[in-house]
Amino acid sequence: MANVTNNRPLSPHLQVYKFIPTMAMSIVHRITGGALYFGTLLVAAWLISAASGEEYFNWVNWLFGSIVGQLVLFGYTWALIHHLLGGLRHIMWDLGYGFEKEFSTKLAKANLVASILLTVLVWAIVLIVR
Amino acid sequence: MDMRTPLGKVRGLGSAKSGTEHFWRVRTTSVALVPLLVFYIVFLIVYAGKPYAEVVGALANPFVATINGLTVIASIIHMRLGMEEIIQDYVHSEGMKIALLILNAFFSLLVGGLCLFAVLKIAFAG
Repeated sequence: MANVTNNRPLSPHLQVYKFIPTMAMSIVHRITGGALYFGTLLVAAWLISAASGEEYFNWVNWLFGSIVGQLVLFGYTWALIHHLLGGLRHIMWDLGYGFEKEFSTKLAKANLVASILLTVLVWAIVLIVR
Repeated sequence: MDMRTPLGKVRGLGSAKSGTEHFWRVRTTSVALVPLLVFYIVFLIVYAGKPYAEVVGALANPFVATINGLTVIASIIHMRLGMEEIIQDYVHSEGMKIALLILNAFFSLLVGGLCLFAVLKIAFAG
């Protein structure tokens, strides 16, 4: 019984398929999901600091306001928006719509473009409001 | 040929013994998170970089605190389920898989617990 499971045939993985937009966005959906998982720590740090007093809050705000902090938050915004839009595509598919090849390819590209545009828009508004 | 027993068919849980529950909970939390996160993003746009007293005052608002709490709960359930899927897909050694699944549960609950405590503390005690 020792090596039975090790010798089982594997189903083909990523490298045997042609790289297409829907596949790329599927991979990005999973990566952004994983990034958001750890990005929750940013939200936690912000909320906990707000609950802990002005000194902690100002320190976290300073950290988030630094160049590195702003870059991380920008990436976090993009990951969130991309994953959210990707999630909407998944809801559409779960309801049984949008499986046509041309349409789903277009939507995969639109997901990427819209996520970047919306991220830039959110940050532009933040910088103008501030 | 169908080898399933009548009871097994009625339960409909399949070999993983959990049926579609994982899938269903990922979808319900994702549907909940769409409006919750849109609200959250707008809130952050308005309050990013604002002074402490103003931010805490806004977070203490009962409506904001409720939305905040719901967002935290839906998020930690969703992120735990998502990471579970990633671990089950890529970690093949049984021991490591179980260890990571437990770590995932602990991490999600810890982050969620801390966030909820912070939200409630701001709402009730400022």
